[in-house]
Amino acid sequence: MEKKQGFFTKLLVENPVFGLYLGICSSLAITTTLNNAIGMGVAVIFVLVFSNIFVSLVRNITPDDIHIPVYIVIIATLVTIVKMVIQAYAPSLYTALGAFIDLIVVNCIILGRAEAFASKNSVGASAMDGLMMGLSYTLSILAMSFIRQLLGTGCLSLSNPFNNATIFDIRLLPQGYEIPLFTGQTGAFLTFAVLAACIAAYKNHLDTLEKEETKKGATK
Amino acid sequence: MNLFTLFLSALLINNIILAKFIGICPFIGVSSKVEPAIGMGLAVIFVIFGASVLAWLLYKFVLVPLELEYMELICFILLIAAFVQFVEMFIKKTSPSLYQQLGIYLPLITTNCAVLYAAQNNISEGYNLIETMVNSLGIAGGFMLMLVIFATIRERLQGNNIPKAFQGNPIAFIIAAIMALAFSSLAGLV
Repeated sequence: MEKKQGFFTKLLVENPVFGLYLGICSSLAITTTLNNAIGMGVAVIFVLVFSNIFVSLVRNITPDDIHIPVYIVIIATLVTIVKMVIQAYAPSLYTALGAFIDLIVVNCIILGRAEAFASKNSVGASAMDGLMMGLSYTLSILAMSFIRQLLGTGCLSLSNPFNNATIFDIRLLPQGYEIPLFTGQTGAFLTFAVLAACIAAYKNHLDTLEKEETKKGATK
Repeated sequence: MNLFTLFLSALLINNIILAKFIGICPFIGVSSKVEPAIGMGLAVIFVIFGASVLAWLLYKFVLVPLELEYMELICFILLIAAFVQFVEMFIKKTSPSLYQQLGIYLPLITTNCAVLYAAQNNISEGYNLIETMVNSLGIAGGFMLMLVIFATIRERLQGNNIPKAFQGNPIAFIIAAIMALAFSSLAGLV
């Protein structure tokens, strides 16, 4: 139970997007539909896991002076692969994500994890770390796109990116009650602000709990 | 499209921060005071302009003749990294005080999506060299404009009574949301 709560807390408080403010650009831009968020999430998980693995593999033979260029080349190669695969098999997703597939290269989360974790740890641990970070990134952008699609269009829908077949498409808000603002830029910033504030409030709550506990311990 | 319209649309209507969501990380990071915001803005203008022109030349005269267009991403990011390194050394030599202020944000320009976006945008829109220069100046100018406006607003916010959970970055995003609303009305300008 305790471990489970620890995992949950870690997912929220050390969330790369809302907790550490990394990789914000893509999380604002492509979260208009659930489809885009899942597509982007999968692409980022793939790049993150494999970049962590390769960085970890070459960590002992990379000279210190040129480690950033080496990491960037590894990441750029992986992103090029992902881009080509998406372009070939899921063209609709490719148009929807647009320039943001290329911009995975400069997503701070990936270089950040390569630098902070994979360059110091073993291959297995690095792969695991990439997977966890990728998952919490995906969860964050899913939460964003859930709110934005629901409020902006009143529907939640998901379709198969490979043949555009609809998986589900439900209308949750009656017609005329949707707020189109949320599909635009303003809605993106607003949703992000509110979610980040929620995480900050939760963090503050944890801090006060901890303070009370140390106080109790001191009086004892 | 004439060059002035191109510049104006890159600067205001398709502003990279508010309309395209690119370059948000440094935007949030450096924008709490006006002075470093101006320094960062100038550095970014210089890097975006230089890197875009170099990337355009590299693409037209190396990658296209060799039919290596698919290497675009890797070449551009390496070019940008090298160029930023050069700028960093230059600033360190000529203005140590500015270097100290910009601190960790200088190397971070490499991972500033705006630079890579500008370089790729010029290629994918098929601009010629003059248009590339104008477009990248517009993009970078728009970045700096937003950075400075934003820093001014945030300086004013200091000492105001903001709910605890919104202090720091969340309130900055609320401001960005309101600014995006204001800028969306410029859409019909061109």
